[in-house]
Amino acid sequence: MTTDFIVFSILALVAIATAFGMLLSKSAVYSALFLVLNFGTVAIFYILLNAPFIAMAQVSVYAGAIMVLFLFVIMLLGTAVLPASKALPWQRPLAFILALILAGESVYLLFVRKAASGEIPQPVETFGSPQAIGNALFNQYLLPFEVTSVLLLVAMVGAIVLTLKEKKP
Amino acid sequence: MMPVTYYVALSAMLFTIGALGVLIRRNPLIIFMSVELMLNAANLAFAAFARSYQNLSGQIFVFFVMTVAAAEVAVGLALLVAIFRTKHSINIDEMNSLKG
Repeated sequence: MTTDFIVFSILALVAIATAFGMLLSKSAVYSALFLVLNFGTVAIFYILLNAPFIAMAQVSVYAGAIMVLFLFVIMLLGTAVLPASKALPWQRPLAFILALILAGESVYLLFVRKAASGEIPQPVETFGSPQAIGNALFNQYLLPFEVTSVLLLVAMVGAIVLTLKEKKP
Repeated sequence: MMPVTYYVALSAMLFTIGALGVLIRRNPLIIFMSVELMLNAANLAFAAFARSYQNLSGQIFVFFVMTVAAAEVAVGLALLVAIFRTKHSINIDEMNSLKG
């Protein structure tokens, strides 16, 4: 029972509880706030996994920008709580069964394969540092990096075009 | 450092919860959030394997997945706003016609 294990299990509990909170809360605003908490715990996992740069990107991009965008749209549309519609009666039980099967499959594969269990050596000091990430990003992965900028530009233009009000002819 | 299996198991759990959310919720905003949760679970597995194989490429891939997620959310939410303008509702059960 090491401190690593205790920290991991508490964080994992928080992550799974907030994920369920996101799933089950009635209002979309509460869901968004639960998801922010979930992203925060995942950011702490990244720090535990020697990925401080990714952790900071997670907090600023996911928990910051993306969730603020979500909250904006929820409040803009005023659809935090949708009026109840007649749902398919078998949908929820079927969904739970399918999710159980998916979880069972993944856990089964995980414990049958035993690919990467055991003690992992401590990485070098600079593993996952912003400097190392930047070095890999601008040397080995320069082309994909540039392509993502085009992707973001396309997404931005697409979002603007989709929400433009059409001019009446 | 915990064995990487624990992290991958947690990632599988989060992914399953996200998939469940896509299946049972009728609010497309929450469905989007569930998709984000699934992407995040995949990212966690990437980071765990990057740590376990001492290879930075996993972390770089997390970076790219985040970019794609940001683009996806921007376009998806714009689509929702456009749909809300034409149909005055975003209930996913009422989106059953291609002509709007």
